[in-house]
Amino acid sequence: MSLTSVPAVEGWFTTDAEPHLLGTKCTTCGTVFFPKASGFCRNPSCRGQEFADVELSRTGKVWSYTDAQYQPPPPYIPASDPYEPFALAAVELADEQLVILAQVAKGYGVADLKVGAPVELVVEPVYEIDGVEHLMYRWKPVSA
Amino acid sequence: MSAPESVAVLGAGMHEWGKWGRPFHEYGVHAALAALDDAGVDWADVQFVAGGETVRNGYPGYVAASTITQALGWNGARVASSYAACASGVTALDAARSRILAGLCDVALVVGADTTPKGFLAPVAGERWDDPDWLRFRLIGATNPTYFALYARRRMDLYGATEADFAKVKVKNAKHGLNNPYARYRKEVTEEEVLNSPVVADPLRLLNICATSDGGAAIILTSMDYAKTKGVNSPVRIRAVSTVTPRFPNTVIEMPNFSTDSAAALAPPELTFRDSIAAGAYEEAGIGPDEMSLAEVYDLSTALELDWMENIGLCKEGEAEKLLNDGDTAIGGRIPVNPSGGLACFGEAVPAQAIAQVCEVTWQLRGQAEGHQVEGAKAGITVNQGLFGHGSSVLLTT
Repeated sequence: MSLTSVPAVEGWFTTDAEPHLLGTKCTTCGTVFFPKASGFCRNPSCRGQEFADVELSRTGKVWSYTDAQYQPPPPYIPASDPYEPFALAAVELADEQLVILAQVAKGYGVADLKVGAPVELVVEPVYEIDGVEHLMYRWKPVSA
Repeated sequence: MSAPESVAVLGAGMHEWGKWGRPFHEYGVHAALAALDDAGVDWADVQFVAGGETVRNGYPGYVAASTITQALGWNGARVASSYAACASGVTALDAARSRILAGLCDVALVVGADTTPKGFLAPVAGERWDDPDWLRFRLIGATNPTYFALYARRRMDLYGATEADFAKVKVKNAKHGLNNPYARYRKEVTEEEVLNSPVVADPLRLLNICATSDGGAAIILTSMDYAKTKGVNSPVRIRAVSTVTPRFPNTVIEMPNFSTDSAAALAPPELTFRDSIAAGAYEEAGIGPDEMSLAEVYDLSTALELDWMENIGLCKEGEAEKLLNDGDTAIGGRIPVNPSGGLACFGEAVPAQAIAQVCEVTWQLRGQAEGHQVEGAKAGITVNQGLFGHGSSVLLTT
C-alpha cells in the first residue's frame, strides 16, 4: 500500500522532480524573503507592501553544518524508532544572498560536508502521521 | 549624545545555581533578600521592581516582577516585567536604570529567577504553526545546540580552531568556577574528559554545551545621591547598558530562524549583530575594550566564548584561540574572560543569567570575588544575546 504524501508545511517548497523553495520578493526594493513575507517589507528603508512569489535557487554553498546525535524534543517527530541521527546544513544562496538552514538528505552526514561545498535541494519524507507521509526540503551534497 | 550619568550598584545577591525544581520565585526572593542585605536597604524603601520573565512557569513567570514583589510582601512598589529571552535580565535592568536616570525613583530591585526542565530547552507546547520557535523543532529538528554547533564548525573550517581549543575553554572556566559559591558545577575538568564526552551536535560534545539550571540573581540599583545617603561614596557604577537589536539585513543565521535576511537589495551593516552589542555599550560609556579588566560573556558553548571575545573587541576575528592558548583569558592573564566560571559552571537560568553576570562584575570590581578574584579590576563588561534579536551588554567601573 502506498502512502499519501503531503508537504510537512504548506507553501514553503515545490515537490516536483527539481524542487524549489518558495519565497517572496518585495516588488518595491527587490529584497527576497524565505519563508514568505507578507504585510510590510522588512527592509527598513523600503515602504513596500506588495510581494511577488519567487522560486529560490535550488543550489548553494555550505555556510556551516552539524548534526543531531540526540533526538530533539517535541514538537519534533522522529522518522524512526530507534532514533537515527541526522545532519543539518546552513546553505548560502548566491543570487538571493541569504542562508537557509535545513536537514541534510538521508544517507549523508557531517563527514560528507565542508564549509563552501556545493549542495542542491531535494524533497524527502521526514515523518509519518496516521499513515500520511510528510515531506520536507533537505540539502544534498553534490560533487563539485 | 554625551555619556549618561552613572547609576550605583548598591547591592548584589544570588541564589546558588542547581537543579531542584522549586517554584522559581523562591530563588528570586532569596536573591533579592541577599541583595537588599548587601545594599543595607530595607525592602520597604524599594520603589521599583524590574523582573526578568520566565515563560516556562505560567502566569507567575510572565509577571515575574509582581510575583516576586508579592512573595516579598506587597510594598506598593511599581513593577515591570521584561521578556527578551536570555537578555531578559538586562532589559529589566535597563528599565530600572532609565527610571533612576529620569529622576522617577531612587531605589530599584532588578531580579530574575528560573526553574528549568531537564535536557534540551523546548518551545511552549501546543500546535503553533505561526511560531518560528515551534516550527524549527517540528520541521527540521533544530535545537539550540544546532545553532551553537554551526558557529563552532565555522570557526574550525575558517580559522583552523580545533576540538582541543574548545576543550581548553571548558578547562579554564571549570578552574575559574571551582571556588565560586554560586556555581552549580565546582569541579576541575580535563581536556580528555571534554574530548571523550559524547557528541551532541558535531563538533560540540556534551561538556562543550551549557546545561539548563535553576537559579536566581538580583541587583539593588540606586541613584548616586541615594548611595551617598547610605555612606557609599564610591559604589560600583553602571556606565552603559546596551539593549540593541540587529540592523537589516542580519546575515548570520540565528535561533530560532530558518534563514538569514537577504543582502541582495541592501548591503549588510558594518557590524554584525553580535559585534554591535558590546559596541553599543563602549560607545555609550566612551570607554573602549582596551580599558576592560575582565569580561563575562555568554558561553552557551565553549566555542561561542571564542566568538564573543572577538565580538567584544578583545582581539580580531580568528585570533581568539591564540589569546586562549597564551593564557590571556585565564585569571592572572591579560584579560580574564568568565572569571565566574561562566555558563560552563553555572548552566543557564534564562531570566537570571544576565543579572548574574552583573553580580559577578560587581563583586570583581569591589574585590570581593573570593577564590576567583581578578586582581585590581577596575572595569568590566558583560555581554549576551537573547533569541528574537535581543542584545544585552552592561559596562561597569569602580
